[in-house]
Amino acid sequence: MIRLDQLDFGVLAEIDHIDTDELPLKLIEMGCLPGNDIRLIQKAPFDDPLYLQIDTSHLAIRKETAQHIFVRLKS
Amino acid sequence: MAKLLNVALLGNPNTGKTSVFNRLTGLTQKVGNYPGITVEKKEGRSRLDPTTYARILDLPGTYSLNASSMDESVVVELLLNKKDKDFPDVAVVVTDVENLKRNLLLFTQVKDLNIPTILVINMADQMKRKGITLDIPLMETQLNTRIVLTSTREKMGIDSLRKAILNYRALSTEPAMDVTTIDPEYFESLQRIFPNESLYKLWLVITQDVNFSKLDRQRVSDATAFKTQPESDLKRLQQKETIKRYQLINGVLKQAYKVDLSVAVDLRSRFDRVLMHKFWGYLIFFFILMLIFQSIYDWSSIPQDFIDGTFASLSDLAKQQLPTGTFTSLLAEGIIPGLGGILIFIPQIALLFFFLSLLEESGYMSRVVFLMDRGLRKFGLSGKSVIPLISGTACAIPAVMATRNIENWRERLITILVTPFTTCSARLPVYAILISLVIPKQGFYQGMTLMGLYLLGFIMALVSSWILSKTLKFNSKSYFVVEMPNYKLPLLKNVLITVLEKTKTFVVEAGKIIMAISILLWIMASYGPGKNFSNAAEIVQQEQPQLNNERLETKINAYKLEHSYIGILGKSLEPAIAPLGFDWKIGIALISSFAAREVFVGTLATIYHVESDSEETIKNRMASEVRQDGSPLFNLATGISLMLFYAFAMQCMSTLAIVKKETNGWKWPMIQLFSMTLLAYLAAFTSYQILS
Repeated sequence: MIRLDQLDFGVLAEIDHIDTDELPLKLIEMGCLPGNDIRLIQKAPFDDPLYLQIDTSHLAIRKETAQHIFVRLKS
Repeated sequence: MAKLLNVALLGNPNTGKTSVFNRLTGLTQKVGNYPGITVEKKEGRSRLDPTTYARILDLPGTYSLNASSMDESVVVELLLNKKDKDFPDVAVVVTDVENLKRNLLLFTQVKDLNIPTILVINMADQMKRKGITLDIPLMETQLNTRIVLTSTREKMGIDSLRKAILNYRALSTEPAMDVTTIDPEYFESLQRIFPNESLYKLWLVITQDVNFSKLDRQRVSDATAFKTQPESDLKRLQQKETIKRYQLINGVLKQAYKVDLSVAVDLRSRFDRVLMHKFWGYLIFFFILMLIFQSIYDWSSIPQDFIDGTFASLSDLAKQQLPTGTFTSLLAEGIIPGLGGILIFIPQIALLFFFLSLLEESGYMSRVVFLMDRGLRKFGLSGKSVIPLISGTACAIPAVMATRNIENWRERLITILVTPFTTCSARLPVYAILISLVIPKQGFYQGMTLMGLYLLGFIMALVSSWILSKTLKFNSKSYFVVEMPNYKLPLLKNVLITVLEKTKTFVVEAGKIIMAISILLWIMASYGPGKNFSNAAEIVQQEQPQLNNERLETKINAYKLEHSYIGILGKSLEPAIAPLGFDWKIGIALISSFAAREVFVGTLATIYHVESDSEETIKNRMASEVRQDGSPLFNLATGISLMLFYAFAMQCMSTLAIVKKETNGWKWPMIQLFSMTLLAYLAAFTSYQILS
């Protein structure tokens, strides 16, 4: 299990758990929930923000937010 | 009398909700503000059948009923208050076929409020390309609603939607989900205290700060028998609720929604690879900006000259055709130029919003936000501040209006406050004449000075946002979640409606204030106390009897101006501005620049009694102005000091008017006025004292 900001490009992973208190509810509502698939599409220069595909949503979040999301690699 | 139905249009951002609204209502739209806040309120009418009309309210885009911004609270408050005159008879939730799962979350929430709800699945024309098939009858049964497939691009489904709205009584008001299942014990105790309230409504009231007419948050927490939950527990329950809703949605979609990925065409990743590239992405963005600003300068100069000319001749016409008197003079020198001063901004505003809405509609804007966020965050700004900061080089007014899509209030406020530092086009004529007066022609000095002034504006904007970010403390937690929508070909109709709307807002809102101040300036310049003003003609004639008629008249006008209220004001300013190297005449120009900076040149023309207003003659007059000791007034020190003053001072009432509108009060525009002007004063003072 790794933190989302350490995930490599294009690798399919699954959200393992999230730190609910630190994440905006909006992100959770957009599909950032345990069990959903997640993939890192792109990073901006200096690795921040991150462009992600979570379930069927495409969105960008800052690195500080990504540090509260923990993922498991899917082989 | 025709029957009127209240219809609320809801939906996530980027679902094409506004396109549906535009198709339903056409040009019957009205844009206002919700009382007390700057959230836009858009409504329009749609004819359903010969005797029934729908009053359609386009509510702000929201991902759920758990409000996290002002825009979203508007939605929740409306849906909770049955007594609100806008309370919908029927809610229409617009979804996008590709993001159906996420979009349905909002649908289930709205339905839980027992409001008749229609589900619109938009962008249905994309289904084939994306390999999506839907079992509509099955979804209608499982979600217990009526579904309408629409495509605003192919103009399908709008008539069916009208029919569905008309037959709203047939819709079920059963909730989609039983919210009590997330914590039965908790909800049971809640129901005991408020036996007559809907539990989901209560839940919404408890979890967020919204006004709820019959029962407010305070009463819920005051009820003695009720054990209040700490905030983190509430959030955990909200998360649980979200999970439950997704389970319900997944259950429905599993059977009704099929995707064949082998058919899908993926344009997104192909475009993203180039447009968001670490090097090419920035270069392309820079290039697009250059293109936009070049077009704004090029294309707006012709209509602007036309407006300028038209109003000048209207003014002349009024003077010639109407009997001489106070009214004619007010009309010709106050009202008509004032109106011209408003309308002259229209070409720039319209063009800027034309380009901005193209970028927005195509989905490109989110990519720019992504690219720029990191760099701007260091200064307390957001990736979304890019557009206002750069639009500011055309005009601060549309730039301030363009801050609306920055959700975070703190970042938005800082952007609004620093945008006027960027060098707007109205400063250009001032810089141009001063540079040609005081900067030597040889080498690149003149061009370098102009470029330096532009750079100075940007740097000052960044420096002051950095300072503001260290001093402004707001409680709202800052976060950044930006949806990256699919690329779309912009719909011309949507773009044009946006342009029309923004232009109208500017003309009406900022126009009122510009008009008022123009009239005030006219009064101050046309009246003066005492004999010096009223007997100006005799005094000048006595002093200089040798003058011919034309020279005499300009001399009289100059004398009158000197002894008018504005002249007196200029003179009383003199002690304050003398350390900057300015005399009372420049003082008058500074005051009247408040109507618009470019007025500076025109005002000096009047004061230095120049017959023609061609720049060359004004320049010559300015060059020959001398101080009491015989040295030229416009030397390098005064010139630089004046340029610095114009670079930093908040001298534009139109900008103040729009900032007042966007921040809902005079507090921030006043802070802006005083701090920027103080900074301008200090900069001008220092430079003059060093250089002279």
